[in-house]
Amino acid sequence: MNIPKITYRDALRQALIEEMRQDPTVFLLGEDIGRYWNGAFKVTAGLAEEFGEDRVRDTPISESAIIGAAVGAAITGMRPIAEIMFGDLTALAMDQIANQAAKIHYMFGGQAKVPLVIRTPFGGGVNIAAHHSQSLEAWFMHVPGLHVALPSTPYDAKGLLKTAIRSDNPVVFCEHKLLYSLEGLVPEEDYTIPFGVAEVKREGSDVTIVATMFMVNKSLQAAEILEKDGISVEVVDPRTLVPLDKTTIIDSVKKTGHLVIVSEDCKTGGVTAEIAAIIAEEAIDYLDAPIKRVAKPDTPIPFSPPLEKEIIPDKERIVDAVKQIRKRGS
Amino acid sequence: MDLSKEKKIAMYQDMLKIRLFEEKVFELYGQNIVPGTIHLYAGEEAVAVGVCTNLRKEDYIVSTHRGHGHCIAKGARLDKTMAEILGKKTGYCKGKGGSMHIADFSIGMLGATAVVGAGIPIATGAGLSIKLRGTDQVAACFFGDGASNQGTFHEGVNMAAIWKLPVLFICENNLYAMGTHQRRVMLVKHVMERAVAYGIPGVCVDGNNVLEVYEATLEACKRARNGDGPTLIECKTYRRKGHSRWDPATYRPKGEVDEWLNKDPIQRMKKHLIVDGVFSESKLIEIEEEVMNSIEEAVKFALDSPFPQPEEALEDVYA
Repeated sequence: MNIPKITYRDALRQALIEEMRQDPTVFLLGEDIGRYWNGAFKVTAGLAEEFGEDRVRDTPISESAIIGAAVGAAITGMRPIAEIMFGDLTALAMDQIANQAAKIHYMFGGQAKVPLVIRTPFGGGVNIAAHHSQSLEAWFMHVPGLHVALPSTPYDAKGLLKTAIRSDNPVVFCEHKLLYSLEGLVPEEDYTIPFGVAEVKREGSDVTIVATMFMVNKSLQAAEILEKDGISVEVVDPRTLVPLDKTTIIDSVKKTGHLVIVSEDCKTGGVTAEIAAIIAEEAIDYLDAPIKRVAKPDTPIPFSPPLEKEIIPDKERIVDAVKQIRKRGS
Repeated sequence: MDLSKEKKIAMYQDMLKIRLFEEKVFELYGQNIVPGTIHLYAGEEAVAVGVCTNLRKEDYIVSTHRGHGHCIAKGARLDKTMAEILGKKTGYCKGKGGSMHIADFSIGMLGATAVVGAGIPIATGAGLSIKLRGTDQVAACFFGDGASNQGTFHEGVNMAAIWKLPVLFICENNLYAMGTHQRRVMLVKHVMERAVAYGIPGVCVDGNNVLEVYEATLEACKRARNGDGPTLIECKTYRRKGHSRWDPATYRPKGEVDEWLNKDPIQRMKKHLIVDGVFSESKLIEIEEEVMNSIEEAVKFALDSPFPQPEEALEDVYA
């Protein structure tokens, strides 16, 4: 069968369209997602035309009310998908996300479900500075009650988004600005990818790299380079941070004895810190060398291209990290 | 006003139920039986009852940290409410919510949030859901004068206004945001004046007069069910006690307290019913006994109920 090659953006749109066609309770709300702008990253292009402005709803610039209204709709029978134009702006809605959406099911003793998806793009590399470039996925890992999905490929984007939409839990669905135009094979039919199932994006035997979102691509590039130096790298993409597939990560570490964790978020209290802690706690005996983390230094994202380039992890840094622990551990 | 005798009796009874319930909670708190803190609704009963008398079972309410009265007025069971306040397994939220987080989704009580102002956009969302589903329900959102200074008030009310959502924004203005008097934190005299900014009707009523609250809400409900959008109703009222259990409320001048206590909503309704000939004094005593008995039963139920098993703390994080 001929599987079409489409972009990450189109894969997301396909998931939205398929779910909206089959479930009338699914609707979208967000700033400029409708026919006049089609979303800041054009994910929702054409949707207002097909589904109408009631279900593809342009909102005022009111992040807190966008999420709050989505919460209110979710607990009364709808399946809202809220778009926050830039991940950085989730800060404006943090009470609704962390104190309301995340806690309603628990706090009310399981009476209510909150089938809500918050789609938002993270990531730097496009020179738009400190308020439009952050990777804040770790914030949401820290709040029980939220699921956190972060696809790195078009195939995963479609399958994970469909799972998120059908989930009865609030899902923070992290997209990446530099992935929207990435192409990959995406079946036209209905499929879902379960949460909590990592994928080994490349098999290898010497070093495990755990990476997320755009860093999966960088890690795969680094793996190519390292292969030429005779180092066989396995790249594991958790695909969801909550729930986190510890088993696949630990199994890989058991095989390779070496672990590099790569993420674009800040090093302190971040994704790499959490995964490192899990391995330290549950699988340290399998390590032949200390864990190495490649993350963004603890600074805001600067504007000027050489400054931004300096702090966002790249393939060279990943290659260096792998070589360092190989030296120590082999 | 199209208020039947039965409805008036029910309103009086509900207000009394809230008052006596809160007095019981206060008493149990003093005996160290209620963990944590409490924010009593006593004094503000006319607001919840005046509003909820207009609501149907399938209509929604969104409540606050001072929410016991909202629950009772919407028809929540006293036993499960009391059990929740005592942290018992049989409570509405299996002991996970407590006094500040009671919910009963089976009667459209969408829960109490203890973040001031956070319920406002949630009520807007319930209104949006109603509109998208095409029913004629309404969502009533209770919040205080303090919450009207939150950004969520601006965002949530504006959003409901532009989309003409069936939401009733009920501001319970009890003059104080914790210890801060309204005049120190807003220059408008009435929260209702803020409605102008959103192009929606704003009305101000005596929140200690249940009939006035009822009438204003009736009108707002009609508008909402007709698809004409939200209304902001400000109800001037007063807490009989401090903000929370620990607050002796010394920041309130004695003259002011006395003045408001004299405007007690339950006494006023009682007088109205007697003067109106709806009731005899003896009938009222009968009602009071009936209410008291139901509260005693609720207390017994709550006291006899087990606490949750410790390991239940790990349950219900995800659906």
